[in-house]
Amino acid sequence: MSLKKIIILISASFFLLSSNLSAGTEKECFEKVSRGVFKFNKGFDKVILRPIASGYNKLPESIRTGTGNFTSNIGTLLTVPNHILQGQWRLAGESTASFLVNSTIGILGFGNPAAKMGLKNQQEDVGQTLGAYGIGTGCYFVLPILGPTTIRDSFGLVADTLIDPFARVTLREKEFLNVSGTKIDYFSVKGAYAVDFRGDNMTNLDSLEKNSIDMYAALKSLYLQNRTKKISNTFSSEDVDDWGEFNK
Amino acid sequence: MKRLINKLVFVVLILVNTNSFSYDSDPKTFITELVNDAINTLSNKNISKTDKNKKIETIALQNVDIEALSMYTLGDIRKTLDQGTLEKYKDLFENYFLKSLTSRLTDYSTQKFEVLSADQKSETYTIVSSRIVKNSSQPELKIKWRVYTKDPAKPLIRDLIVEGLSLAKTQREEFASILNSNNNDMNILFQKLEEFIKK
Repeated sequence: MSLKKIIILISASFFLLSSNLSAGTEKECFEKVSRGVFKFNKGFDKVILRPIASGYNKLPESIRTGTGNFTSNIGTLLTVPNHILQGQWRLAGESTASFLVNSTIGILGFGNPAAKMGLKNQQEDVGQTLGAYGIGTGCYFVLPILGPTTIRDSFGLVADTLIDPFARVTLREKEFLNVSGTKIDYFSVKGAYAVDFRGDNMTNLDSLEKNSIDMYAALKSLYLQNRTKKISNTFSSEDVDDWGEFNK
Repeated sequence: MKRLINKLVFVVLILVNTNSFSYDSDPKTFITELVNDAINTLSNKNISKTDKNKKIETIALQNVDIEALSMYTLGDIRKTLDQGTLEKYKDLFENYFLKSLTSRLTDYSTQKFEVLSADQKSETYTIVSSRIVKNSSQPELKIKWRVYTKDPAKPLIRDLIVEGLSLAKTQREEFASILNSNNNDMNILFQKLEEFIKK
């Protein structure tokens, strides 16, 4: 690792640690800009992503399930190192086994026989690992196309591309175990994931948009709740009783 | 005599209506009966849309703790408001909630729903687990219901937790965002709620 990379990592670590001290989960980095970006993203969704996802939803279920399985299986490559970084050895083993089974018996990951064998494959990323280390979210903002994030999760997003073997081979075009790829492969898989996710959540997102009086705030709340849930792996809002004063 | 008959018919109709929305007090059976009733109503082709909405609203008014939900979603600012403002908020919230609930239920009414289990967390609340079964257009959706059981004979719904995400909390943060961006001016929140109700 070059000196430049080490300096960037150390600076980022200090930045994250300090953001933990100063920022609460609801704090915005620059709300006006984020709302502007959110508006742009909504336009992008309306004109590009949603129509593609609507068309995708008309494809036979087997093709959609296969696509979801395929992108999820590639995501396992990022999950495994993150389980290891979090000391979750059993889950790391299960995810590795899931990847191997699905990539072979499941024909390049289009099938999901691992799930039938009871092998768990929950998605993990560097943002979650940092959260598991106790690093706070930092302030919240919205990225163009990529959507809601926080200081911690955006740092995690960049770090993901460093430790994810798939990103190293494709996005960074570094050969690994005689496997090579290109940036097009990387963005094709990420694009397929986005379309599959949007297609799966057609009703949910349409309903949310129709019934929100401030969709930006609703999505922010859902994003932050979801990240908290994923970091703790067990957390759910059902376990939090913040209704105390209304229980009289 | 005619007036008396009319009054009697009215009373009988009210009683029939009230009984039709009275569900079992066991939280799991309560949710099962309530959701089935709501889905059957929404999928009934012999009832007009207006009547469907009216019935869903009546079910909600009798079985959702709308007053507590309105105060919860308003957050701590409620402690600083005068009675008049609070009453206006409660009234607007109720209308907003009923419209939003009917719309959400309509969005999911064609899907198969199953109640799985109930977990009593304390004397005052039980979590009922359910799911919307996977179909060709939607993956499986886990939905948990926070049921307030302070009065064991009359359970009330307080929150829906969809895939671990609380809708009441989301609503509270949505309102908080509007208030924070507008110097805690309740009139702006009232305006947004009124706009939604009129939509």
